[in-house]
Amino acid sequence: MADVLAFAEQREGQIGGASREAVSAAARLAGELAGSARVLAIGGVGLSAAVGALGAAGAASIAVAEHESLTEYNPEGYAQVLAHQVRSLDLAAVILPATTLGKDLAPRIAAMLDVPLASDATGIEVEDGQLAVLKPIYSGKAFAHLSIDASPAIITIRPNVFPVEQLGAAGEMTTFTPDIDPSSWRVRVLERKGAADGALDVAEATTIVSGGRGMKDPENWGLLESLRSALGPGVALGASRAVVDAGWRPHGEQVGQTGKTVAPKLYFAVGISGAIQHLAGMRTSQTIVAVNKDADAPIFGVADYGIVGDLFEILPRLAEEVAALKSAD
Amino acid sequence: MNVTVCIKRVPDTEARIRIDGTGIDPSGVKFIVSPYDEFAIEAGLRTKEAAGEGTVSLLSLGDASTQESLRAGLAMGADSALLLTGEVGIDGLATAKALANELDASDAALILFGVKAADDDQQQVGPMVAMLLDRPCVTGVASFEVQGERAVCHREVEGGVEVVEVDLPAVLTITKGAYEPRYASLKGIMAAKRKPLEEKEAASAPSRLRVARLTEPPTRGAGQIVGEGPDAVSELVRLLREEANAL
Ligand SMILES: Cc1cc2nc3c(=O)[nH]c(=O)nc-3n(C[C@H](O)[C@H](O)[C@H](O)COP(=O)(O)OP(=O)(O)OC[C@H]3O[C@@H](n4cnc5c(N)ncnc54)[C@H](O)[C@@H]3O)c2cc1C
Ligand SMILES: Nc1ncnc2c1ncn2[C@@H]1O[C@H](COP(=O)(O)O)[C@@H](O)[C@H]1O
Repeated sequence: MADVLAFAEQREGQIGGASREAVSAAARLAGELAGSARVLAIGGVGLSAAVGALGAAGAASIAVAEHESLTEYNPEGYAQVLAHQVRSLDLAAVILPATTLGKDLAPRIAAMLDVPLASDATGIEVEDGQLAVLKPIYSGKAFAHLSIDASPAIITIRPNVFPVEQLGAAGEMTTFTPDIDPSSWRVRVLERKGAADGALDVAEATTIVSGGRGMKDPENWGLLESLRSALGPGVALGASRAVVDAGWRPHGEQVGQTGKTVAPKLYFAVGISGAIQHLAGMRTSQTIVAVNKDADAPIFGVADYGIVGDLFEILPRLAEEVAALKSAD
Repeated sequence: MNVTVCIKRVPDTEARIRIDGTGIDPSGVKFIVSPYDEFAIEAGLRTKEAAGEGTVSLLSLGDASTQESLRAGLAMGADSALLLTGEVGIDGLATAKALANELDASDAALILFGVKAADDDQQQVGPMVAMLLDRPCVTGVASFEVQGERAVCHREVEGGVEVVEVDLPAVLTITKGAYEPRYASLKGIMAAKRKPLEEKEAASAPSRLRVARLTEPPTRGAGQIVGEGPDAVSELVRLLREEANAL
C-alpha cells in the first residue's frame, strides 16, 4: 500500500489554502504511488461541515477528529491524535502545511513515530519508486534533493508553492471523537490575541506588499495600505528587518532569514535594498516587483519587474492604476 | 535555575555558498553561532539573571571547530559548554537523538533551542529532543517568564500572538523577539578562556534523511527594469496583468 495522508489544519473552523495545497500534493503523490490520498482534520465539534470541500482537492477519504478540547490547537492533543491515525494506516508519506502549526506538529509526530522529517519542501517527486524531496537550504543559496530512508516519510510543504488542483470526486467522510485526556497536557494555551484588524498573515498571503527603510517613516505606511487595498483580498503587508528593528512594524510582518519565509504569487519590495537575508525569505516568490531609487540595488537582481525611482511618486500612481484595473474587471 | 542551550555552528548568513558534492566547500567561509541560537543564549542568560542563581550550559553536536562557537557563547556569559563530536547531517532526528542522549540526565529546568538553524532550516531538533525526553515543548517563543513551576510563553502565530503556559522542566525554541543578543565584553572573552569546555564523542544515530544531491537555486529569469519614475507604472501594471498573470 502506498497511501498518503494529508493533515488539514483548521483555524476557527475553516480550512486554509495551505491545507488545500497539502491535500492536493498528497493526492498527486498518491497517484504516482498507485495509492490513495487520505485526509485527517482535527478540531472542535462541528468541524466536519467545513471539511467536506476537501474531497474536491483530491482526497479519497477524510477523517475528522472532533473534540471540544481540540477546538484550538494544543500540541500534545493534536500530536497524539495525528500519531494514532498514522499508526493505524499503512502510509508512504504524511504531508503537512509548513504553517506555524504544521511546523510545530510535524517534528513531534516524526519523533513519536521514529521517522525523519523533511521540512518546508518546495517539491516532492518519486524517483525509482523512492520519495525525493526538494528543499532550499542555506537561505535559498542551494537546493537539497533529499532521499528518505524510512516510512512513512513526514514532509511539511511551503505554502503557496504547490498548486491546488481539482482532482477528483469527493471522498467519503468519517467523523470520530478521539480518546484524549486534556488533564494530562503539560502545555496549555491561555489566550490568543488576534491581529487588530484580523490581518492576513504574511506567510499565507498570495500577494505581499513589503516596505523597507526607504519608506522613511512609519507614518508613510498608508501608501502601502492603499496599494494593498487596491489589490483586493488575500494581500498582506510585509517588512524588512530594518523597519522591524526600528519599531516601525511588528516582527510578525518581517520577511527573511530571521523572519518569515514566503512564496506568494506576487511580491512587491518597496524601498528595500535586497540584502541576502531579505532575499532568503522571498526569493521563491512567483513574481517579484521592486521599486527602488537606486538602480544598483541588489533587489533588482531577483526582481522580474523593476521601476527605478522615488517610491513616494510611484506608490500613489501604482495604487491608483491597480484600483482602476480591478474596478474595470 | 539551570538552563541548557543547544547551539549549532553554521555558515555566516552573508557567506557565499559553493556547492561541493553533497556538501559545501568550507574554505573562506566564516562560521557563526546560528542567529536564533544567539537569541536562545540571551534568553538563557536573562533567565538565570532573573532567578539570581543557577547556571547556563551550552551543548553542541559538531566537529572540533565548533569549540570556537561554544567559546563565543561562553564569552556572552554562559558558564560551561560541552561539545559532542560527531557527524551533523540534515536528519534532525539523528541530531536530536545524540543531544537527547546527553540531556537525558540533565537537571535543567529549561532546555532552549533556536526555532531553526540558519543552514538547514529544518525547524525540528528542539521539539524532537522534547519528545525523546518526554518533556513538554513550546516552539517559536518570542518571550517567556518563569513563574514557579511553569513558564508563560508568548509565541507568534499566524495573524496574532498566543500565550501558552508550560510545566517545567520544559523545552522551548526561541524566535526573534525579546532577546536581542548581548555583545561579548572584552572581560567576557577573557573569562571564557578559563571556563570549562568539555568534549566527548556523540552517541551516533543513523541518518535516514540524506542529501542525495545539492544544486544551485533555480535562476530567476532575467528581470527587466520597466522604466523610471511614475511614468513606468502603466507599463508595469500591464505586464503584471498580461505577461505575469499576477493581477
Ligand atoms: C543574521 C542576520 C539576519 C537578518 N535577517 C533579516 C531578515 O529576516 N529580513 C530582512 O529584511 N533583513 C534581515 N537582515 C538585515 C539585512 O542584512 C538588511 O540590513 C536589511 O534587510 C535592510 O533593510 P532595508 O532593505 O529596508 O534597508 P536598506 O538596506 O537601508 O535599504 C533601503 C532601500 O530603500 C531605497 N530607498 C530609499 N529611499 C527611497 C525612495 N524615496 N524611493 C525608493 N527607494 C528608496 C534605497 O535605495 C535602499 O535600497 C539580517 C541581517 C543579519 C546579519
Ligand atoms: N548540531 C547541533 N548541535 C546542537 N544544537 C543543534 C544542532 N543542530 C540543531 N540544533 C538546535 O536545534 C535548533 C533547530 O535546528 P534545526 O531543526 O536544524 O532547524 C537549532 O537552532 C539549535 O538550537
